[in-house]
Amino acid sequence: MTNLNVPASISNEKLKDLYKEMWLIRYFDEKVDQFFAKGLIHGTTHLCVGQEASAAGSIAVLESKDKIISTHRGHGHCISKEGDVNKMMAELFGRETGYCKGKGGSMHIADVEKGNLGANGIVGGGIPLAVGAALTSKMKNENYVVLCFFGDGASNEGSFHESVNLAAIWDLPVVFICENNQYGMSGPVKDMTRVENIADRASAYGIPGKIVDGCDMLEIMNTVDEAVEQARNGNGPTLIEMKTYRWKGHSKSDAKKYRTREEENEWRAKDGIKRFKTVLIEAGVLTEDEAQALQQQASQEIEDAVKFAEASPEPSIDTLEEDVFA
Amino acid sequence: MTNREITYLEAVREAMTQEMRQNQDVFILGEDIGIYGGAFGVTRGMIEEFGPERVRNTPISEAAIAGAAVGAALTGMRPILELQFSDFITIAMDQMVNQAAKTRYMFGGKGKVPMVLRTPSGSGTGAAAQHSQSLEAWMAHIPGLKVVQPSTAYDVKGLLKAAMDDDNPVIFYEHKLLYKTSGHVPEEQYSIPLGKADVKREGTDVTIVATAMMVHKALEAAAALEKEGISVEVVDPRTIVPLDEETIINSVKKTGRLIVVHEAVKRGGIGGEIASMIAESEAFDYLDAPIKRLGGLAVPIPYNPTLEKAAIPQIPDIIAAVKEVVKNK
Repeated sequence: MTNLNVPASISNEKLKDLYKEMWLIRYFDEKVDQFFAKGLIHGTTHLCVGQEASAAGSIAVLESKDKIISTHRGHGHCISKEGDVNKMMAELFGRETGYCKGKGGSMHIADVEKGNLGANGIVGGGIPLAVGAALTSKMKNENYVVLCFFGDGASNEGSFHESVNLAAIWDLPVVFICENNQYGMSGPVKDMTRVENIADRASAYGIPGKIVDGCDMLEIMNTVDEAVEQARNGNGPTLIEMKTYRWKGHSKSDAKKYRTREEENEWRAKDGIKRFKTVLIEAGVLTEDEAQALQQQASQEIEDAVKFAEASPEPSIDTLEEDVFA
Repeated sequence: MTNREITYLEAVREAMTQEMRQNQDVFILGEDIGIYGGAFGVTRGMIEEFGPERVRNTPISEAAIAGAAVGAALTGMRPILELQFSDFITIAMDQMVNQAAKTRYMFGGKGKVPMVLRTPSGSGTGAAAQHSQSLEAWMAHIPGLKVVQPSTAYDVKGLLKAAMDDDNPVIFYEHKLLYKTSGHVPEEQYSIPLGKADVKREGTDVTIVATAMMVHKALEAAAALEKEGISVEVVDPRTIVPLDEETIINSVKKTGRLIVVHEAVKRGGIGGEIASMIAESEAFDYLDAPIKRLGGLAVPIPYNPTLEKAAIPQIPDIIAAVKEVVKNK
């Protein structure tokens, strides 16, 4: 057990794993960024560099049977939900060994067996799905909880309003996690949303709303853990807002004219990975050497994932019409 | 018992009820489907038998309830979603088109979405432009959705059983003017495979492919034409995705003439697809006259009853079309 203020389910070993996991997320997306810049991956992608803590910290408190619904900015969620970086990288390369056999790409990575019900290319499109998955948990007494990730932009979609209300009236085991990274593509949240905090909207649905520093792993874990427990015990959903920031642009071609470099630097200084490392070292959970080694391992796993992806075959043209119907 | 007649509406209810008695994963959700019994009374009595957990009365939130059905289906349930009017599918469109239809393919063959979206469609009730449309061609255009349009009480029960058994999202259009029509319906469960057309009337001079309400208009037209010595074959595809091309092709090869009739707007309607399919098939060489399509005018469905009727094909229109294509007989 740790002397840190973390949920009871979080051991020292788990804390170390989480530190490495955060680096895996960062290295994965930085690698993807480089490959896009070089034209080695096509299509588009949305990177979560800077948002590692909200994925790693939220999913850390789940049990293996629990489920998540992710977003277009979903690589971190997938990695944290026991995702396989080889299959993820292979998918971005459009290879047969990818999570979606090369047919989905970045925005549709899903790992149904591990409880990741998928990234989603439609802003707000996954929120109703999370409610449905939570309904199954309730109707079949499976006792799992669904974490539903979405962004500040999605909170202005009608699907958000309808879904949170539905989950609230049915007391469904779902936790709504709004990753407020301050911009819906180029739209600043302060211009697009009149309330100061998206979590303030929770009161409109009669459910608790919580605001969390999205770069603070301990605060994230504790808050999500409490909401998950509420949900699991049949006490219904919570809306949690993570104040965070995406260091990179919205997608691959973004000149970021809508924000200043000063603002970006302010948020970079709040880096959730660095902060978590400091906390772990100060608490004696991790040494500087161990931290270095974990970071190095994460880097190596991403290099290996690239090799795996590059060595994987393209999908056969014969698979084009497969899997339209079950 | 063998000749029991019930209404189309009762057949829908019976199909759901029998399935829900034997499969705990099947449940229904929708607006006012509880005590009220649904906008058209289809679910009347069901909440009393199955309770509010399995007959889920929902808020007026088409996007959320459609998405909840998709999410529940993806995680092991077999939901039936009732939308009060098929026009409201516009509000649930993202969930059906971008989510339900594509999930399995996007995920590389993992996950399945076994759900049925049941919804009343069609004009003829004076409900005007936003409650009378026939939008099935939209859904038929989307890879990953199956589309069913039953025309009789017998068909609706068997097709709904097949739809509930299917592991894919099925859009199930119930024509609102057919709800009160009666027919022979066996009490026991039975399944009519999706993708199997039914020749509702055999004939030799011309094939009419008609859907939903138009099946009955085509049959009435055929009965009138018989008196004039014109033999009409009426083919009801029953499902437009998958489409039983073989039955239609064989019929056209036999009669050498094709008329397609649907209530949906002719422009972009499924009639164009069926006509093109025949033009591209071996049946083309058998055609003795140009293919004719009858469909709704390109107008919103109007309120006034005379205008409303005039907006979609009627029996005299079908008779006139038949006479035109057989004139060189």
